[in-house]
Amino acid sequence: MGHWTITREGDGLATLTLDRADAGTNTLSAEVLRELGEALDLLERDPPRGLIVRSGKANGFVAGADIDEFGRLDSEADAIALVKRGWDAFERLAAVRYPTLALIRGFCLGGGLELALACRYRVAVDEPGTRLGLPEVMLGIVPGWGGIKRLPRLAGAPAALDMMLTGKTIDAKRAKRMGVVDEAVPPRIMENTARGVLKALPAPRKLPFTLALTLNPLVRRVIAAQARKQVARRARRQHYPAPYAILDLFAKHDGDALAPPPSDPASIATLLRTPTAGNLVRVFRLQERLKSLGKEGAFQPNHVHVIGAGTMGGDIAAWCALRGLTVTLQDQDAARLAPAMGRAAKLFKDRLRDERRVRDALDRLAPDVAGDGVARADVIVEAIFENVEAKRALFAAVERRAKPSAILATNTSSIPLEEIAGALADPTRLCGIHFFNPVARMMLVEVVVGARTRPEIAAAAAAFVRSIDKLPLPVKSAPGFLVNRILAPYMAAAFRAVDEGIAPETVDEAALAFGMPMGPIELADTVGLDIAVAVGRMLGGGGDPPRRLLELANAGHVGKKSGRGFYTWTSGKPAKQAPGAVPPGLADRLVAPFVAEAQAALAEGIVGDADLVDAGAIFGTGFAPFRGGPLHYAAARDGKAADPAPRAVV
Amino acid sequence: MTHPGNRVRHGIPEFVMAMQEPIYVVDGARTPFLKARNRPGPFSASDLATAAGRALLLRQPFAPAELDEVILGCAAPSADEVNIARVAALRMGCGHKVPAWTVMRNCASGMQAIDAGIANIRAGKSGLVLAGGVDALSRAPLLFSDAMTLWLANWYAARTLGQRAALVAKFRPSYLAPVIGLMKGLTDPMVGLLMGQTAENLAYRFGITRGEMDAYAARSHARVLAAQKSGRLDREVVPLYDRAGKLYAADDGVREDSTPENLAKLRPFFDRKYGNVTAGNSSQVTDGGAWVVLASQRAVDEHKLAPRGRIVDAQWAGLDPAQMGLGPVHAATPILQRQGLGLNDLDCWELNEAFAAQVIACLRAWDDDEYCRTELGLPGKMGGLDEGKLNVDGGAIALGHPVGASGTRIVLHVLEVLERSGGRRGMAAICIGGGLGGAMLVERT
Repeated sequence: MGHWTITREGDGLATLTLDRADAGTNTLSAEVLRELGEALDLLERDPPRGLIVRSGKANGFVAGADIDEFGRLDSEADAIALVKRGWDAFERLAAVRYPTLALIRGFCLGGGLELALACRYRVAVDEPGTRLGLPEVMLGIVPGWGGIKRLPRLAGAPAALDMMLTGKTIDAKRAKRMGVVDEAVPPRIMENTARGVLKALPAPRKLPFTLALTLNPLVRRVIAAQARKQVARRARRQHYPAPYAILDLFAKHDGDALAPPPSDPASIATLLRTPTAGNLVRVFRLQERLKSLGKEGAFQPNHVHVIGAGTMGGDIAAWCALRGLTVTLQDQDAARLAPAMGRAAKLFKDRLRDERRVRDALDRLAPDVAGDGVARADVIVEAIFENVEAKRALFAAVERRAKPSAILATNTSSIPLEEIAGALADPTRLCGIHFFNPVARMMLVEVVVGARTRPEIAAAAAAFVRSIDKLPLPVKSAPGFLVNRILAPYMAAAFRAVDEGIAPETVDEAALAFGMPMGPIELADTVGLDIAVAVGRMLGGGGDPPRRLLELANAGHVGKKSGRGFYTWTSGKPAKQAPGAVPPGLADRLVAPFVAEAQAALAEGIVGDADLVDAGAIFGTGFAPFRGGPLHYAAARDGKAADPAPRAVV
Repeated sequence: MTHPGNRVRHGIPEFVMAMQEPIYVVDGARTPFLKARNRPGPFSASDLATAAGRALLLRQPFAPAELDEVILGCAAPSADEVNIARVAALRMGCGHKVPAWTVMRNCASGMQAIDAGIANIRAGKSGLVLAGGVDALSRAPLLFSDAMTLWLANWYAARTLGQRAALVAKFRPSYLAPVIGLMKGLTDPMVGLLMGQTAENLAYRFGITRGEMDAYAARSHARVLAAQKSGRLDREVVPLYDRAGKLYAADDGVREDSTPENLAKLRPFFDRKYGNVTAGNSSQVTDGGAWVVLASQRAVDEHKLAPRGRIVDAQWAGLDPAQMGLGPVHAATPILQRQGLGLNDLDCWELNEAFAAQVIACLRAWDDDEYCRTELGLPGKMGGLDEGKLNVDGGAIALGHPVGASGTRIVLHVLEVLERSGGRRGMAAICIGGGLGGAMLVERT
């Protein structure tokens, strides 16, 4: 046994520690699961009074199955074997005669949580790093190692399904409230608690009557049917089969993923027949790759100074404070800072909840009319209005006051970096750090590398982006960078379709049917038609600008923010009619320009390679994730990539 | 009556000789003073202290963690932040290693904090000190009455249904009437007088009329308005933002309509019906915080600071609690004596306006032969103080008196006035509930 260690204590308790010999993070590879069987054999021979299962890694409990093994699945038989070995291992663990307890500290995800669920008791360490969840659905697969079976027994069906269908994780306190763990305790008493529980052997918590009822076979079907309707609002079964499979497995098979026959829509075979799982694993890999781009160099920013407290600047500042940085936010007068401070307080309250943490985040965000923060900051982000002279003057002044080591960055989306850099004594210091609206929701941040930007500045900017938990994408300084550039022709195609008389609802439906998270017309209304016009102008593209778009924008009907655009907006929601029948070829008319522009951007070297184009499209524009990105989609469609598996992505 | 003059009559006392190390005031800032509007205000005391201190520290060339200590005066810290200085220091980002402590000398707590900083700098214990004062009087608690407390104690001790039933029978609705914590704080425990009643004492003693009080109060409002309009308060006031994104940019107790005519309509508040002191000619109940950065010569050199001024001398004095409003006279006079200065040798005076009657009484006392001889041990009267130099930007009657903060505010504001007017020296003096006075002589660098 190289991965597991059994330690026996004088009091009759034993500890089974997982510390993967060959990796920094605990994951459940075939070998790890095989060794778990060996460990259980050994324990069987001389059963302990109780067994604590824990991690030997400081970074967490268990991150889940070994994703590398997904990439090597060559056949249906392989996939079924993978499901079976985890299912069997945890069924066996759940059946041992001695009491078992999982001591959970740090992440406990997917197969990791299924391992913990197979123990009789669970103790979670109550600290910020502890997160429990079954995020399999995000990879297009199902919690097939007992998660669908055991989680509802502890938390009741509604809460368990919510976790499994959304992939959301929960913290220790929430897990305790939901019944997922028996105790949530601070680290200082975690050992005592684990031992105390195993000695006292409390009766397992019983579900309250109404929740117990949700496990009744008939009620299961009713609940699953309701949940299916909710899922249908967010994802279509032909695009994302996994959440539907989870509901079927819960309703009909008590979580046994091996039970449905291959022809069943909830079977492993069906899940593998669509490229969704492979592509979602690819998306996961792309995300890991972007994260790794922020790891180069030793730059560790503490203080960010943001200039311009408009929507973008204010929200960038709030986000940085939320993520633990000290932030100063500058604008011309105090009144301009006030709305940004209000939005920040709301963000902190929504995300942090705990009053002390909200207070601390607010304390980290200092309004700074005088710009005193410039001299203290490690990163200075300019987010003022798009005027090249104003930006040049600003950076010239900022450069004089900033620390020599500080990164100077502009959030501009339309002004060439080089024009601004010219105002600096050292133009090599300037880079672009281009956030997307809404800042709190958009994962991607483009790190714009100008012709003269020093490589270490770009690397440090990427490290900064990573330090605030966003995904950095290095892009060359060229109009529209990557994201706006590839989005624009797609949007233009949508506007043209409307100009031809196709209803906006129908245009949006075509995109939704393709798998976009939001239709292009609704997206334009959300972003603002004024901005759509400005981006369209900047990127040129030739030909007449879309007529209806211009009419609306000129009339001041700029979308969600003015209450009217292509749609009429009431309390943040567009009033949409039922879409008409989508004309044949409409989806392709929208997507083809997207793909073509992505190919052009790749050819021009806007980003390093095809995978980064796809990453930018998925995380920046929301391009249908289950299709794996525009270039990947095009290659698969044209039959160039026979293998949609994630091996291609490293 | 106390005689603080005793110790100075025979020349410069020993402790003054030790006061040779210069004490620099590097910079200072305060929050807007926000009038309490009969409900908890938008900011807690530590919110106020944090907001002002954070902005002040941001513009210094040293990092917050380089402070040697943080001292904060607070007359009424809330139960959850009793050592509010430590809460504020941590919230401002001073880090775990900077010690912080809270001081209390009622209305002069913010001046006491500065004095404590001076003492530690002089003793060589500190070089760089953040000292200030704060109070959120709008959040002063409502307390259970003694009767209610006793009833609750019995309730929790009751074990049987019978005992509880008996207690329920004994309960009286009057038990529920809360004790207003603030009124307790504003009542002298020795002589049982409300602070406003001590001001009535002074009005009686010096024959100060209601009209004089109201005229003084109106002038305070007019001066604050003028100062606000011309931007004279902009440097010292740090704007606040609440969680709804509302901006609090300026002191909000000052009123355009506080004219002598309008003030004359108000009813006496403390000696009801036949008194003269009203809410309009008293300082306002207010929330606010203020800080100054104090530094030794060595700290100035080390951090290349550009100090705005020095604190040259400081004095505390005691007097009859029933006459507490004359505290400034008893504290400032020994400083003038030591420094060989007359009242009008100074370029400005910030004499905290607890009550219009009390400020006027101070002026009368200095200009009164008998008072100066018998109470101060002087050969004769000090004379009249030029009112053109007194509280030139108004005072607590219009700005409000967030008890702990006022002592720091007036020291800081003396510097502001000196810088603006090109003057050299000014005095900050304050009366203190319980029968004390405090004063500091400030010099511009």
